[in-house]
Amino acid sequence: MPTDVLMPQMGESITEGTIVRWIKKIGEPIDRDEPLFEISTDKVDAEIPSPAAGVLAQIRVEVGQTVPVNSVVAVIGSRGEKVALAPAVPVSRTQQDVIPPASTSGPPSAGTPGAPTRRHLSPVVRRLAVEHGVDMSKVVGTGVGGRITKADVRAYVEQRAPSTRDAAGWMKTAAIADPETRVEPMSVMRRRIAEHMMTSRRTSAHVHTVFEVDFSDIAELRAARSASGTTPGYLSYIAKAVADALGTMPIINASVDGDDIVFHEQVNLGVAVALDWGLIVPVIKRANGLSIDKIDAAIIDLASRARSKQLSPDDVEGGTFTITNPGGFGSLFGLPIINQPQSAILCVGAIEKRPVVVDDTIVVRLRAFLTLGFDHRLIDGAAADRFLARVRDILESFSRETGARGQAPVAS
Amino acid sequence: MSLSSQSDTVKDDSARGFGVRSATDLPTLEVRSLGLVPYGIALEMQRELVAARQAGEIPDRLLLLEHTAVITVGVRGPGRRNHVLASPAELRDRGIEILDVHRGGDVTYHGPGQLVGYPVIDLKPHRCDVHRYVQDLEEVLIQTVASFGVLAGRVAGLTGVWVGNDKLAAIGVRLSRWVTSHGFALNVTTNLDHFRFIVPCGLEGRGVTSLGRLIGEVPPRPELEAVVADAFAQVFGRRISEGSAEPRAANSRE
Repeated sequence: MPTDVLMPQMGESITEGTIVRWIKKIGEPIDRDEPLFEISTDKVDAEIPSPAAGVLAQIRVEVGQTVPVNSVVAVIGSRGEKVALAPAVPVSRTQQDVIPPASTSGPPSAGTPGAPTRRHLSPVVRRLAVEHGVDMSKVVGTGVGGRITKADVRAYVEQRAPSTRDAAGWMKTAAIADPETRVEPMSVMRRRIAEHMMTSRRTSAHVHTVFEVDFSDIAELRAARSASGTTPGYLSYIAKAVADALGTMPIINASVDGDDIVFHEQVNLGVAVALDWGLIVPVIKRANGLSIDKIDAAIIDLASRARSKQLSPDDVEGGTFTITNPGGFGSLFGLPIINQPQSAILCVGAIEKRPVVVDDTIVVRLRAFLTLGFDHRLIDGAAADRFLARVRDILESFSRETGARGQAPVAS
Repeated sequence: MSLSSQSDTVKDDSARGFGVRSATDLPTLEVRSLGLVPYGIALEMQRELVAARQAGEIPDRLLLLEHTAVITVGVRGPGRRNHVLASPAELRDRGIEILDVHRGGDVTYHGPGQLVGYPVIDLKPHRCDVHRYVQDLEEVLIQTVASFGVLAGRVAGLTGVWVGNDKLAAIGVRLSRWVTSHGFALNVTTNLDHFRFIVPCGLEGRGVTSLGRLIGEVPPRPELEAVVADAFAQVFGRRISEGSAEPRAANSRE
């Protein structure tokens, strides 16, 4: 007798739970009370034991999904009992496009139930089938001895053509016939990122230029400030420099609209925030003219709200320039894709100590690479380099230029 | 500054319910004061204790300790490390370790000057409610700081203990068949500047604070631990066992 595994109610006022990990795989034996999966409710994680001994036969709820308490999340089958081992695909995805394991893909003619015969497919045909996600049991072979040829697969693909691409026009890649392979639908956010990135690649003439910037003075400035309380992060200094530089170079803060160039009056600075579930670019509105402390507060506020899913649509709209910061992950420099309809994007590399030559002496300085990705339709290399040089100069003279602001009183 | 006067005002159901029983009826709680322990070692220790507690080999236990500076990152998603705002080099320079840990929740910071509590207790049979457990932990900390004159509270929808808009203590919990691990971290003399290295507490317009910042001079560590242990025993209806002598011996209140 198969046993349903339910989403447990972890407290009186708790109505749902999110699966965060399956500890057992489909087909794995499990004992009663052995940990089966982990859920998350609020800030509490809990490991949930199996209600029965047997074999994990089905996983009905994938990692990351949230379901009401008492929903069936999995099924435990008896050991020895032949349970139909359902692969871990969400219910919404039809099985039709997935190649079943070879052992069940017999030709219709030889398809006597319970006795599937292995059918010989040439590597070319097999690859073609995998590419197009063709269930070979549905293809009629016209080759020698009923063999399926390339032409048969193509004909089959043509005939069911509408289903090989989804609404957004992505070519579907079929799951390989491997029980370990997992297929899950893209989240809405993932799909939007995918579309947005491809649109940008098709739209802009991407060119990249890299400058190295010295952060040693800013480090000193920060150290001096941190002695008296809190100090803005490096990213905030960079955002401040970018906002000021954009104010002096309108072409970098512009967009293409058909055959027109749109110069944006305001600098609305997007800051890319990586999330567990994707990426979002909240926008600091009217960043030109903001003090370093205001920019710092805005970044912290937006990043926090992005993470706690409390951004309003207004928070992510109207950006005129974007900063992305993979340096936090250790990246030296990146070649970012422009965030349409903007025309340029700044990528901040890791800020680290490097040996550099100053006055014919090798000294240790805190340095980082800044990459500007820009749309050559609008911005020529010289302008891009002038802009990036301007950003560098502001950053390297921060203590002199904005020393007074740097010493602004902070809350204690 | 008296613990007893604060305890009298407690209106929490759990505390009242257990109040009618005599102390000897209560389940035992062993309190262990461990001092400075690296995060990874404490994690391993908890794993063993959870297994032992599940097997019924040990009574409920409360570990009180302090961590060397560490930023822990939940491993649930690949984007996690972006909530760490400092570069790896910057963290290395300051001697802050960065660890991926197998738990949910956010990026957190632990460091010297925090009072970290890891209860390994069995919530079965009467306390099987995650909300209640988190609320009870919050209550323990609210009572603890109250005895030093600090009025802390909860913020609807957020875990932790707050003073105004600032987080005084963080809570993150894991349950394995209703046996608890992880727990709470109360900022006592924590270097609050270190919180700048992570996306702080995830909340708009909110900051962090410490007992030291709020009251100036903080009580000696043993006294503080004794107060936390007492508050914990009271809220959870446990009797601190004679075996866990360290914090009790240092408790000059009784």
